Amino acid sequence: MEPICREAVHEALQGFVNQEVYLHLETTNGAYAALREEAPMAVSAYIRNGLVKFNRGSIAGDGPYRVGLKMDNGWIYAQGLTDWEVDGEGRLLLVGHDPDGRLAVALELSHQPFEM
Amino acid sequence: MEKERHILAVYPHPDDETFGKAGLIAMQTRLGTPVTLICSTLGQMGRNMGKPSFATRESLPKIREKELRDACNVLGIRDLRLFGLRDKTVEFEDPEVVADRIGEVIAETNPSLVITYYPKLGVHPDHDAMSEATVRAMRRIPKEQRPVLWGSAVTRDAREVLGAPHIDLDVREVLDTKIEAMRAHRSQSEAMLKRMEEGAGTDEAVRREIEERLGREVYWIYDFGD
Repeated sequence: MEPICREAVHEALQGFVNQEVYLHLETTNGAYAALREEAPMAVSAYIRNGLVKFNRGSIAGDGPYRVGLKMDNGWIYAQGLTDWEVDGEGRLLLVGHDPDGRLAVALELSHQPFEM
Repeated sequence: MEKERHILAVYPHPDDETFGKAGLIAMQTRLGTPVTLICSTLGQMGRNMGKPSFATRESLPKIREKELRDACNVLGIRDLRLFGLRDKTVEFEDPEVVADRIGEVIAETNPSLVITYYPKLGVHPDHDAMSEATVRAMRRIPKEQRPVLWGSAVTRDAREVLGAPHIDLDVREVLDTKIEAMRAHRSQSEAMLKRMEEGAGTDEAVRREIEERLGREVYWIYDFGD
């Protein structure tokens, strides 16, 4: 992965607009966050292979970045994004890594279902 | 330590067999004990991506499977059973079905010792789901034929809840093997080992503390209450 380039990510997002695409969205502070006293409690949420359609996709901020995907009836949102790549299968992977390289947030888009 | 007939290890994530347990496994395989490892997920939702990060959310399962196979080679585990479940979701599977699958492996391998997390004290919900399913599978076995079950407790209050560990194992004789297995799980251990080495490189006290911590493993024998 590489540090996010706003223009390139904006461009990549446009390839997923106005069509049904598969979404992976997650955020986590780790299952051991409370045990290690890094946070009051372990918090995480994820959706894998949500089938979504958005009509506008934008990236904002100066790093870490935010991405907002506007749907006819709602929004998809992620904050804290630092790195990105389009992988060998044409999937757009956006993540936020903490200083230790640990994933804190991820927003991914694919034309094909993500592997289970 | 006495040689076991066969050990079955039951864990949800690649690296669970190594962190806190590699010493026991390495000492037993050194004695010639066959070890079977059930690993029910590929740790797909792991947060560590290496330092600097070299894995992505999508490449992580393949990387972790390779790391697991490497660690098995280091530890002498020759029988690896992947259950193909998904990280973080084990507790939402039908526990009877998971127990059935564990029961089949027990019937096939006839272990004298089963190791898993201590029920309810594994911290990670996947740990607790696998230990619960293991207990469920083992309860079905008549008491006289049932293998012994050792659990690892992770919660901070483990000693208050369970008392002193029943097994307190000095594993320093296989410490190098244990660290090599940890190193095999590079995506998960790199940041931690780097911190450890930096500390140990400059401070003899830190080095001794690490040796003391990694050189010792504790387990509690699970009481089935019958």
